[in-house]
Amino acid sequence: MTASSVPTGNPAIRMTGIEKAFGSVRANRGASLEVQQGEIHALVGENGAGKSTLMKILGGLQPPDAGTMEVNGKDVTGWSTSDAIRAGIGVVHQHFMLVPTLTVAENIVLGMEPVKGGRFDYRKAVDEVKTLSHNTGLEVSPDRKVADLSVGEAQRVEILKTLFRGAKILVLDEPTAVLSPPEVRDLWTVLRGLRDAGGTIILITHRLDEVIDISDTITVMRAGQTVTRLKTTETTPSEIAKAMVGRDVALTSRDEAGILTTPAHGGAIGQPPRDDEASAINVTNLCVLGSRKTIEVDGVSFSIRAGEILGIAGVEGNGQTELIEALAGLRRIESGSVRIDGKDVTFRNVGERRTAGLSHIPEDRHRRGLILDYSVADNLVLGLQADFVDKGLLDTDRINANAEAQIKAFDIRPPVAGMPARNLSGGNQQKVVVAREMGGAFTVLLASQPTRGVDVGAIEFIHSRLREARAAGKAILLVSAELNEVLALADRVAVMYRGKFVAVVPASEASEESLGEYMTGTRKESAA
Amino acid sequence: MNTRTKEQLEEALFPPLVALLVALIFGDLLIMSYGQSPAMVYKLLLQGTWGNAYGFGQVLYKSTTLAFTGLAVSLGIRAGLFNVGAESQLAAGGFLAALVGLGLSPAVPGIIAVPLCMIAAAAGGGIVGAIPGWLKVRFGAHEVIVTIMLNFIVLALLNYIVAAHLHVPETLHTPEIHAGSVATLASIIPAFHGSAANFTILFALIAASVVGIYLFRSRRGFELRAVGLQPDAAEYGGVSVGGVWLRAMTISGAIAGLGGINYVLGYKHYYEEGFTGGAGFLGIAVALVGRNHPLGVVLAALFFATLSQGGLAIHAFVPKQMVEVLQGVVILAVAMSVPEVRAVLRRARKPVTA
Repeated sequence: MTASSVPTGNPAIRMTGIEKAFGSVRANRGASLEVQQGEIHALVGENGAGKSTLMKILGGLQPPDAGTMEVNGKDVTGWSTSDAIRAGIGVVHQHFMLVPTLTVAENIVLGMEPVKGGRFDYRKAVDEVKTLSHNTGLEVSPDRKVADLSVGEAQRVEILKTLFRGAKILVLDEPTAVLSPPEVRDLWTVLRGLRDAGGTIILITHRLDEVIDISDTITVMRAGQTVTRLKTTETTPSEIAKAMVGRDVALTSRDEAGILTTPAHGGAIGQPPRDDEASAINVTNLCVLGSRKTIEVDGVSFSIRAGEILGIAGVEGNGQTELIEALAGLRRIESGSVRIDGKDVTFRNVGERRTAGLSHIPEDRHRRGLILDYSVADNLVLGLQADFVDKGLLDTDRINANAEAQIKAFDIRPPVAGMPARNLSGGNQQKVVVAREMGGAFTVLLASQPTRGVDVGAIEFIHSRLREARAAGKAILLVSAELNEVLALADRVAVMYRGKFVAVVPASEASEESLGEYMTGTRKESAA
Repeated sequence: MNTRTKEQLEEALFPPLVALLVALIFGDLLIMSYGQSPAMVYKLLLQGTWGNAYGFGQVLYKSTTLAFTGLAVSLGIRAGLFNVGAESQLAAGGFLAALVGLGLSPAVPGIIAVPLCMIAAAAGGGIVGAIPGWLKVRFGAHEVIVTIMLNFIVLALLNYIVAAHLHVPETLHTPEIHAGSVATLASIIPAFHGSAANFTILFALIAASVVGIYLFRSRRGFELRAVGLQPDAAEYGGVSVGGVWLRAMTISGAIAGLGGINYVLGYKHYYEEGFTGGAGFLGIAVALVGRNHPLGVVLAALFFATLSQGGLAIHAFVPKQMVEVLQGVVILAVAMSVPEVRAVLRRARKPVTA
């Protein structure tokens, strides 16, 4: 951390007129970015706005087609990743790049290992990591295996790794997507500390509350262009949202501080249904094992009646993923039972559950929800392929007709049925999944992180679809890492902690504070 | 939509063509290093293959086997599986076809005997393909390792059976089959006389069309490709991933096994140790150059068959092995040129669409 004598006014990063196209998609169209040394700079924009591309260019992963960039006043246009690292730019990716079988210290020094007598000096590595950890306030235990870390800890290791390489300009891509609220607070403390020590931080995010919380300046991007540059103290969430979307966005008072949802809260809330009422899905004493054969879902029981949304709040990794997978038929149920519309589906496979009326928006659209190299039309029938067969062959006409209809109904852009799903923006990819799962007949919907990583417009859209489905009498199980989202949509909220429902409360009686205590395990109560 | 199809076609066709050009230039240098004129050698190569009926017949014959093994490998790759066992699947197919042909009475008409032999060939290859498929599903054994090992086991086993029980003394082959032979092309077009070309090539073309329809038009093919691209998403889409693996390996093996018909029913009418001659392994190259598309595989099979036959034609001037080196260069060039050429194509398109 050399205190470089950059005169004020000379920005740490200046990118101007950046152009970058992939095939016919122009990701950056004359984008610009200016970041001062020693500030936390938020780079915000909808999915597909070109933020990641701009950061890839900065990190040397891709050369720009046109435009110039300067780092600390030096022209570095089109440099390589190793140039960027040497110049002190460190990128913390959304998906961690760690070796799970190695220890924290080994991961941090990887590629720059201290050597003694031609051999790796592990003791020295541990010492160096301890020193760095102490100096930055990023607490880690150097001897633990990365596989055993929580996501928050793994992220600290990622940040330490870049700092160990001498990073003075830190780029964080959606760092809070996987963190619990206390972990986010810890991260903010660390980032502020780094900034005060003269570090420069660029934060890519969608979440306006974070932008307001932590940043000093904001750059808003839309459709590959830089729309505006704002001082955080002189702006409001609505102004930022408007710049991102290019039009006014309705913000509820609750959402002012958080993510964006439309206000109308149509359905009846606060009336928890009794389980013996005709429930659309009925789960009793469900036990499910995780990938490492540990109990991840531990005797969970609940039912959702038609026209109700049950929201599950909880810090990620408390069994939500395993619960949803078990309900969807993607994970073996050890004990307990699942009934959909009165029909026992405990031992039924994915297809049979779908026939019984189950729909499922999976948490990871890139891994589960879409075949990225399949066309939009083909993705819109994934899981329904058996229904689109005519005389033993796939009925292309019906598949295309279905695609045209869904593209229209769910406003998927660009409206090209034959385009590979890979080429769509995150929000539109998610709309494809939502269209497939909600565009047909179903009784029960499992909606897992339905708005993760999608832009404001798509969030609004998906939320209103979920409300419409509730109004149409569907039963919905909503899992979201966004507490605001759960509170805004659900009729009842269940908090999942270590595989159990530690609380089930009507949404009207729930608050972020009370749920937060259950989520972190500081308050325990048996499920109501 | 239309431009997209055109783009896809360009991306499918240009990389192999560029690779061919690279191989051609490399071949020039190679030929010149022997003090020969490239133009003369290439002319001879073409004359010896597409330039006369016998040579062309041999090209058709060789491409038939390659089409089967190429289709087999490409179907596996579409399911995300690398079937390196086409060689032994081909041998097992040929062997079972010969067994059935030997077992049938000469009185059985071809219309019955040929299908029976074909079923046997498909079953032989299918069983050898199903074993690694099953081991992968049941124990997670990697199909590449298992198919490589099965090549040794199956070929050795077949050699043992033939040598110990079935061979004609002083030879490495079985007696001639009694029933179930496929007519030579010479029986219709006399010019092909003397070449090994036979009507199995029709079966190869039918197999290519069936594989094409299966992969791109059927529900099973939709699911198979889904598993090959993203197994987790396929599972989410209600597809049994293990089921697809087992099915794909079995079908892949069966297609390779059918290739055995070409030699056993169409050419020599007996099973002989080593008749496969590496066609199973070359099938991997055929699938690669043919971009795992049935049409591409057929064209690539013709290409590799031309090189292989052409090697004989130019033997007097440059060593036959030169052609093998050239084959290797083509394979490497294709493997490297696919992403490179695509990138160039996309860059070239940009000003038009931007």
